[in-house]
Amino acid sequence: MALNPVPAGGPPIVADPAARPRRWETLRGRERLSGLVFIAPWIVGFVLFSALPMIASLVLSLTDFDPRRPNEITFIGLDNYAQMLRDPVLLESLGVTVRFAVLVVPLTLGFALAVAMLVNSTLLAGRNVFRTLFYLPMQIPLVASTMVWVGVLNVSSGWLNLALGSVGLPGPDWLNSTVWVLPALGLMGLWGIGNMMLIFLAGLQSVPTELYDAARVDGAGRWASFRSVTLPIISPVLFYNLIIALIATFQYFTQAYVVSNGRGDPDRATLFFNLNLYREGFAFFHMGYASALAWLLFVIVLGLTILLFRTARGWVYEGGGR
Amino acid sequence: MRAVTAPLDRPMAQGSPLRRQLRRLAAVSGTTFLAIAVVSAFLMPLAFMITTAFKEPSQLGAPGAPLYPAAPETFEWEGRDLAVYDVPIDGTIRALALVEPHREDAVFIDPVAPEAGLIEWQGRWRTLEQHWTFQLRAENFSNAWNAIDFPQVFFNTFAIAGLSTLGAVLSGICVAYGFSRFRFPGRNGLFILMIATIILPFQVTLIPTYTVFLALGWVGTWLPLIVPHFFANAYNVFLLRQYFLTIPRDLDEAAMIDGAGSFRILRSVIIPQARPAIVAVTLFHFFWAWNEYFLPLVYLQSTPDLQPLSVALSRFNALFSTEPTLIQAAAIMAMALPVVVFFFAQRAFMRGVVITGVEK
Repeated sequence: MALNPVPAGGPPIVADPAARPRRWETLRGRERLSGLVFIAPWIVGFVLFSALPMIASLVLSLTDFDPRRPNEITFIGLDNYAQMLRDPVLLESLGVTVRFAVLVVPLTLGFALAVAMLVNSTLLAGRNVFRTLFYLPMQIPLVASTMVWVGVLNVSSGWLNLALGSVGLPGPDWLNSTVWVLPALGLMGLWGIGNMMLIFLAGLQSVPTELYDAARVDGAGRWASFRSVTLPIISPVLFYNLIIALIATFQYFTQAYVVSNGRGDPDRATLFFNLNLYREGFAFFHMGYASALAWLLFVIVLGLTILLFRTARGWVYEGGGR
Repeated sequence: MRAVTAPLDRPMAQGSPLRRQLRRLAAVSGTTFLAIAVVSAFLMPLAFMITTAFKEPSQLGAPGAPLYPAAPETFEWEGRDLAVYDVPIDGTIRALALVEPHREDAVFIDPVAPEAGLIEWQGRWRTLEQHWTFQLRAENFSNAWNAIDFPQVFFNTFAIAGLSTLGAVLSGICVAYGFSRFRFPGRNGLFILMIATIILPFQVTLIPTYTVFLALGWVGTWLPLIVPHFFANAYNVFLLRQYFLTIPRDLDEAAMIDGAGSFRILRSVIIPQARPAIVAVTLFHFFWAWNEYFLPLVYLQSTPDLQPLSVALSRFNALFSTEPTLIQAAAIMAMALPVVVFFFAQRAFMRGVVITGVEK
């Protein structure tokens, strides 16, 4: 973390502070004041849009708040949290989200890494063109790209099933099957590898060539040098991409909303955690309960991040200088 | 996986230089062909989108229809419109117009050479496939354009994305300047706190902010989508600050000696020097706002006239889900601007991703 390359509170620039203490004081004071003035927008925004709402949402999660009847709000203690344990829909939404994370996150990471290695290869002609093309779908509005994929995945007129049919495989009804809808969304998700690919690429470019030479002298083949040189060196970016991808899964919304018209169809198979939260809050107006769900989400995301940072010591390489 | 091990691809290989060059040429073409195959499969949905957007709706379900936009060919002969079929005659397939259909045989005429006269053919004409010719249908675009009311939707999107970008960039520059050029107590703590807000899920603050905006009468207006961005966001500040730190302080000090105050220094030294980072943040934020779905859905659900592209498009998608040709035409129109801008500014985009992603 290169958060603070500039030493804070270093020695004062004035050559002889003792000689002119008052001038020094005012300069220093003015610098403090200016700094605070410039960051003031963020401080105000943090208080208004992060700190106070966080407290408010914790309080709301202890009530049965409904914005249609704001005056009838009652304090119900931990009932919302107890309710979670008995809420089969919530459990289903957690199940969908976890299944998607287990199924799709490793595949997406693997695909992004493989593409990054491909477009990093010195044996590839026109590398920049390929990088641009693999990044391109990131730039397509998510609703539009989901609409395109819904067409591609159509059971009869979609090209995916036409392609499968031409080699004799029966294509499933991707988006209407409780079994196939998550793999279908995973396939759609491959269009979002752009950022991951670029971050992997930066990691791959930071691998010192001498290490490969040394590995070759030691008789390592391609797979061995990938495992013992590439993977360790890029493990920090792999770790970063993993955390971002897991958090994104718990925030997953747009694609699920568009393919199921906001209902989580078929049979709640696409009722992701975030979609369920949206429905509780803005379709049923159970805003007390939705606040509690938001806190559950926060605890899960924070817990996952901490857990991953714990395990990171075992597998994330930290070079001498970092 | 040859990609990663490329640098050690036997630079000391045995054999003459010519053989080595040939071997390298083979490796390069192999890798490049592999990449072309992968990227073609990867971008195949775009080809689906473009071809479907130009098709007649009737082509989608038609058996034997080609993948490209086409219409069944007809031939006008003696005042009649005749359907053209692919007819196997003497081992070749000819496109012939059907003049007289019977049960077990039929009479055709060759549209290319009608003067050659009628052609008798033995067989069931119903088993023949229609002959398709390439034909683009542009009405899908005008129909989708009118059904979505694109001019209004584009105006809404530009207004929301433009104003929120203005706020995000101005406030981001100020805050990044404050964090990168001034020393004040608690600076590092505040900076870490700001970075920490990145992992705070927006859902946690969503309901109280919604409630407050509801009380202010802002739900059903653009204000909740614009005003919060005037208070700086951690990603933008981080990217700008990293860039500001690379600008030599000598420039600030020279300006200070000339009597410039901190605002003057920001305006005449920092901003001109940091143009690439400011461009990147502007583009990122603008297209992030262009694509944003959740919050516009929450705040503008009941005011369709004010909705931006993302929400209007999904409403259109739900209404016209049985008309894929319209859906794909709408998708093309929705992605045209971001994609074109991306091709012109791809370096700024890709560099920005790496700065925010890797240097953290």
